[in-house]
Amino acid sequence: MNVGLPHFLTVGAILFALGLFAVMSRRNAIGILMGVELMLNASNINFVAFSRYVEHAVDGQIMAAFVIVLAAAEAAVALAIVLAMYRNFGTANADVVQSLKR
Amino acid sequence: MGEHILSWMTFFPVIGAAVIAFIPSERKEIIKTVAAAAAAVPLILAVQLFVNFDRGTAAFQFVEHYTWIKSFNIEYYMGIDGLSVPMVLLTALLSFLCIIASWNISKATKGYFALFLILEAAMIGVFCALDFFLFYLFWELMLLPMYFLIGIWGGPRREYAAIKFFLYTLAGSVLMLLAMIAFYLNVQDPNTGGHTFNMLFMMDQANHSAWLKATDIRHLLWLGLFIGFAIKVPIFPFHTWLPDAHVEAPTAVSVILAGVLLKMGTYGLLRISYPILPDAAVWFSFTLAIFGAINILYGAYCAMAQTDMKKLVAYSSISHMGYVLLGMSAMTSAGINGAVLQMFNHGTITAMMFLCVGVIYDRAHHREINGFGGLGLQMPLYTSVFSFALFAAIGLPGLSGFVSEAMIFIGVFPVYRTVAIISALGIIIGAAYVLWMLQRVFLGPKNEKYDDLPDISGREMFTLVPIGILVLLLGIYPMPVLDLMKVSLNNLIKVVAG
Amino acid sequence: MSDNAILTTALVILGLPLLSYVLTFFFGRMLPRKGDFIGVSFMGAAWILAIRIFICFWKIGDPAYRVEASFTWVDLGSLHLDAGMLVDGMTSVMLMVVTTVSFLVHLYSTGYMHGDRRYERFFAFLGFFTFSMLGIVLSNNLFFLYVFWELVGLSSYLLIGFFFHKHSAANANKKAFLTNRVGDYGFWLGILTFFTVCGTLNYFELFAHVHAGTISGHLLAWAGVGLFMGCVGKSAQIPLHIWLPDAMEGPTPVSALIHAATMVAAGVYMVARLSPLFGATAMLVILYVGAITAFVAATIALVKTDFKRVLAFSTLSQLGYMVMSLGAGDSVNAMFHLTTHAMFKGLLFLTAGSVIHAVHSQEITDMGGLRKKMPITFWTFMIGTLALSGVPGFSGFFSKDGILGSALAFGMTDGHYIPFILGIAAALLTPFYMFRLTFRAFFGKPADQERFDHAHESPWTMTVPLIVLAILSIFVSGFKTADKGWFSKFAVPYDVPAIAAEFHLEASGGHEDVALADEHAAPAHEEPAGEGHETAVSGAEHAEAGHGGHHDVRHTAHIRAMFMSILMVILGIGGAWWVYFMHKVDPSRIQARMSGLYTVLQGQYFFDEFYAATVYRATLWWAAVCAAFDRYVIDGIVNGTGYLTRMMSWASGLFDHYVVDGAVNGVAVALQGAGEGFRRLQTGRVQTYLVYTSASVLVLIVVYKVL
Repeated sequence: MNVGLPHFLTVGAILFALGLFAVMSRRNAIGILMGVELMLNASNINFVAFSRYVEHAVDGQIMAAFVIVLAAAEAAVALAIVLAMYRNFGTANADVVQSLKR
Repeated sequence: MGEHILSWMTFFPVIGAAVIAFIPSERKEIIKTVAAAAAAVPLILAVQLFVNFDRGTAAFQFVEHYTWIKSFNIEYYMGIDGLSVPMVLLTALLSFLCIIASWNISKATKGYFALFLILEAAMIGVFCALDFFLFYLFWELMLLPMYFLIGIWGGPRREYAAIKFFLYTLAGSVLMLLAMIAFYLNVQDPNTGGHTFNMLFMMDQANHSAWLKATDIRHLLWLGLFIGFAIKVPIFPFHTWLPDAHVEAPTAVSVILAGVLLKMGTYGLLRISYPILPDAAVWFSFTLAIFGAINILYGAYCAMAQTDMKKLVAYSSISHMGYVLLGMSAMTSAGINGAVLQMFNHGTITAMMFLCVGVIYDRAHHREINGFGGLGLQMPLYTSVFSFALFAAIGLPGLSGFVSEAMIFIGVFPVYRTVAIISALGIIIGAAYVLWMLQRVFLGPKNEKYDDLPDISGREMFTLVPIGILVLLLGIYPMPVLDLMKVSLNNLIKVVAG
Repeated sequence: MSDNAILTTALVILGLPLLSYVLTFFFGRMLPRKGDFIGVSFMGAAWILAIRIFICFWKIGDPAYRVEASFTWVDLGSLHLDAGMLVDGMTSVMLMVVTTVSFLVHLYSTGYMHGDRRYERFFAFLGFFTFSMLGIVLSNNLFFLYVFWELVGLSSYLLIGFFFHKHSAANANKKAFLTNRVGDYGFWLGILTFFTVCGTLNYFELFAHVHAGTISGHLLAWAGVGLFMGCVGKSAQIPLHIWLPDAMEGPTPVSALIHAATMVAAGVYMVARLSPLFGATAMLVILYVGAITAFVAATIALVKTDFKRVLAFSTLSQLGYMVMSLGAGDSVNAMFHLTTHAMFKGLLFLTAGSVIHAVHSQEITDMGGLRKKMPITFWTFMIGTLALSGVPGFSGFFSKDGILGSALAFGMTDGHYIPFILGIAAALLTPFYMFRLTFRAFFGKPADQERFDHAHESPWTMTVPLIVLAILSIFVSGFKTADKGWFSKFAVPYDVPAIAAEFHLEASGGHEDVALADEHAAPAHEEPAGEGHETAVSGAEHAEAGHGGHHDVRHTAHIRAMFMSILMVILGIGGAWWVYFMHKVDPSRIQARMSGLYTVLQGQYFFDEFYAATVYRATLWWAAVCAAFDRYVIDGIVNGTGYLTRMMSWASGLFDHYVVDGAVNGVAVALQGAGEGFRRLQTGRVQTYLVYTSASVLVLIVVYKVL
């Protein structure tokens, strides 16, 4: 079986859907963050795949590197917020924390 | 003050009202004194007017003429002639005496006296204004204080009476307003060629536009003005606001209402309708005579059936104003002079009657004619004074009412004989209701219920005696007042009847 | 006396009672004796001055001589009303009559009214009355005649109602004033007619105008009837006589002065003074009214038991005589009878007062036998009665005889005999009722012993006036008839043509007036041709004709009338003597037999009841109708308009609220509902939003792919 671009894209799409599902369904902030990471990684797979299969396209790899850096920064900030949230509210459940809603 | 005597007379009471506005409301004595002083000034000026008035000319005197609102040619134009002088004198006298008569007002004293002074200003203004717009302004200005004076200081049904009075007169004013605008648009200022509110220009038929010269239009305008003024007189069938307003109004306000306000209707007819639309006046004169006869008899019969003293006096006013209309309709010298003299005399006589009713109402707290009896023994002085007023009202010779009624009949008899004969029945019916009331209130055995009623007080006598002296003097020799007006009125007849 | 002196004196006579009124009214209570001396002394002075004028005219001896002065009272350029004084023979007689009776009544009242709580008021009112009455007498034109005419009405009102705490007095004075007003209504219209047509109200100018035919025909007839209405009211002729009997509610001196001697005679004076103004038709009306009154009043006097009421009806009857005389064209005898009547009727009333003062009752059933207790009162009363009855030698005989003679003469020339018959019948009744009164009050046994025991003769202030009046009652006639005695120096019929010449107004034939032509339709054919020529045939000229052309008729008539009236007097006195002194006939049996007639007489022919049932009721009913109409119809329309306006505003309010505002609010409500719905979507959970976003993207993709 010849592995081609559609296969990569399919894996990326599945991974993205899983990440999206995690973001939408998880109550725990950490879970949501993990879902976000999954979605970022899904896009990374797509970037890299397009970079491999499309002629003269190096920018995909560069984009993937950027995304990885951004994801690291995002994870650092987000985890800090989650920590602060846990400290203030005693939970990491995103539904409970709604003092901005009212 | 000599220069602008009319303005001073008109606006001094306003100054008084303004001063009163700054006096704390619990300082009642000061308020009353200021009010009396503010009303005394126009009275003094009125005496000056009486002395200095030139009796030999029909022209307007003491004229003040200034441009006021340039864009609409509205002027501040004041002046008096023989028709307005007696009315101004009457207003100044009655206003002052009424303020004295209101000394007992304890409810919202400050507002009462301030409003009263504004009312006086408006009344004098109406009689002095020679610009139709100014006239209308004062005319409307009069309504407001009157409305509040009845509506706040009145009897139990005061709101009803006040609103009825206000709406009724306002309805009349609307018709007058329409006529005024029609005149404004169709009378040309001979100097500038523009529209004008100047009454003297309106009186000159040469200034009338072609539209205004059409007979139908003139009759229509006459009727509009007539209804407007008829409500004020009041002429049957527009009279029903009067008994209600009188019954509810406080004594002094009744005096002003009957003594001065009613005269404005007939004054308006003579000042505005007659000279501006003389042909329509002639056209209408027989109808006016009929209205006069109806007023005389209908008012008298209605008065006979009343059991409330004030209502009786109110209906008698309707009856007596009928004589004025009758005299006016004749357009003879005797008739119109008699009519204006009757306006003056009715003002004084009816004022006495209302003041007298007020005296007994202050003591017994009711005015039911059948509830009294035998007061002649309990209050002899009061009985004498009231009887004096009542006999003046039924036209007893030697008192002023007789002179004017006689002159009216002399004036109208050659012109409308049948109407005069029927109207003369009023002298019988008039005597009947008055004497019947006199009997039920003052004669008969003494009523123990009123054993402790004090006789009339010095302050009350102070309000009644000047009017009484006037009534007596004019009854004995009426020329002082007739001299004031005869030249102007004879000139008016010349204008109207040719 | 010069003319000026006469006028000045007359003015002072007029002024004195007025001054007395003012002083007593305002200061009486502060003065000693409550100021009664002012009234008495002032009236005494006026009396003396009146005597001066009287003597002056006696000396002049020319009845046509007159002094007049006027000034302009009201001047409007086109209208002049004058006030003025006229003094002539007739005036001087009237001045004498009024001041004499007034002075004596003033004096009498100091005794009679003694102790009354309104004593000073009484004298004030008496003064005011005298002033007004003198004003009537002295006025020289109709306008001021009317002025004073009304003023005597007022003083009569005040004096009748002097005891106003009694309901009867309060009713009586109102009735008197109103009944007089009805008469004055006609009087006033008559004056207006004369003024409108002739342009003047001066008596003599009017005579000249009538003579010149300025006013004639129906207008003159109606104007004359109008003037006469004033007389009917004031002189209490049928049908306006009803007030006079009730006027006896006033104190007795008032009855003597006002309601017997002077004021009620003012009507007679007025017609006599203005006799040329009455045309033939008016004269006929006057004649019949007078005759009927003379007879009807005398019949009522037969049955009355109230002392004063008998006298009151007798006054009515005598006034009827005077009016009848005026109607027969003999105004001189009317004036003569007025003069004599003033004396003896004033006397009779004052004696009545004396009796009432003594027994404290007015009912003759309470009296009897008073002759011995009150000799002066009795004898003076007797003189008055004899004079009134027309016993030969007494003043009443000469004057009454003159009237009956004129009435008969009128009947003989013009064929109207009924007035004379009524007059002569009344001449029979007069002595009968007067002696009935005399016998029952002064003779016989006392009906009430207690009252009798307390009775006493009155003080001198009351008896002196009686004596003076009694003397006058005998001597005032001069024992001659009017045309032969002293009276002819003071009053003769007017010489109208001479007056007309004085004013340069000659007879021009009866042309219709122009002033009233527009409204007044008086076709000449309304009256039958025989009587239609009512041009300038006035009363005076009538009488003039009587003097000249029908002298024989007149003479015959007078002789016949004299004998007939003497016969009547004898019959009358004899009848009364038979019934009430000898008691040969029991009056109660006559009464029982003729109960119907008795009821009618006792009820005074039910005039009062008739008026009560018709005029009063109709007036009150009509007043109630007017008031109800005013309240429910006129005011109903006004309030209905107000109500309608309110209803309309209510309806428009509803429309505004539910339709106009409803639309606005509906949008708002819809928006709010939508907002409520959308609010649900906004949960505040990012995850939910994410779901929406994803779903939307999916939908977009699907839509994009499929479509």
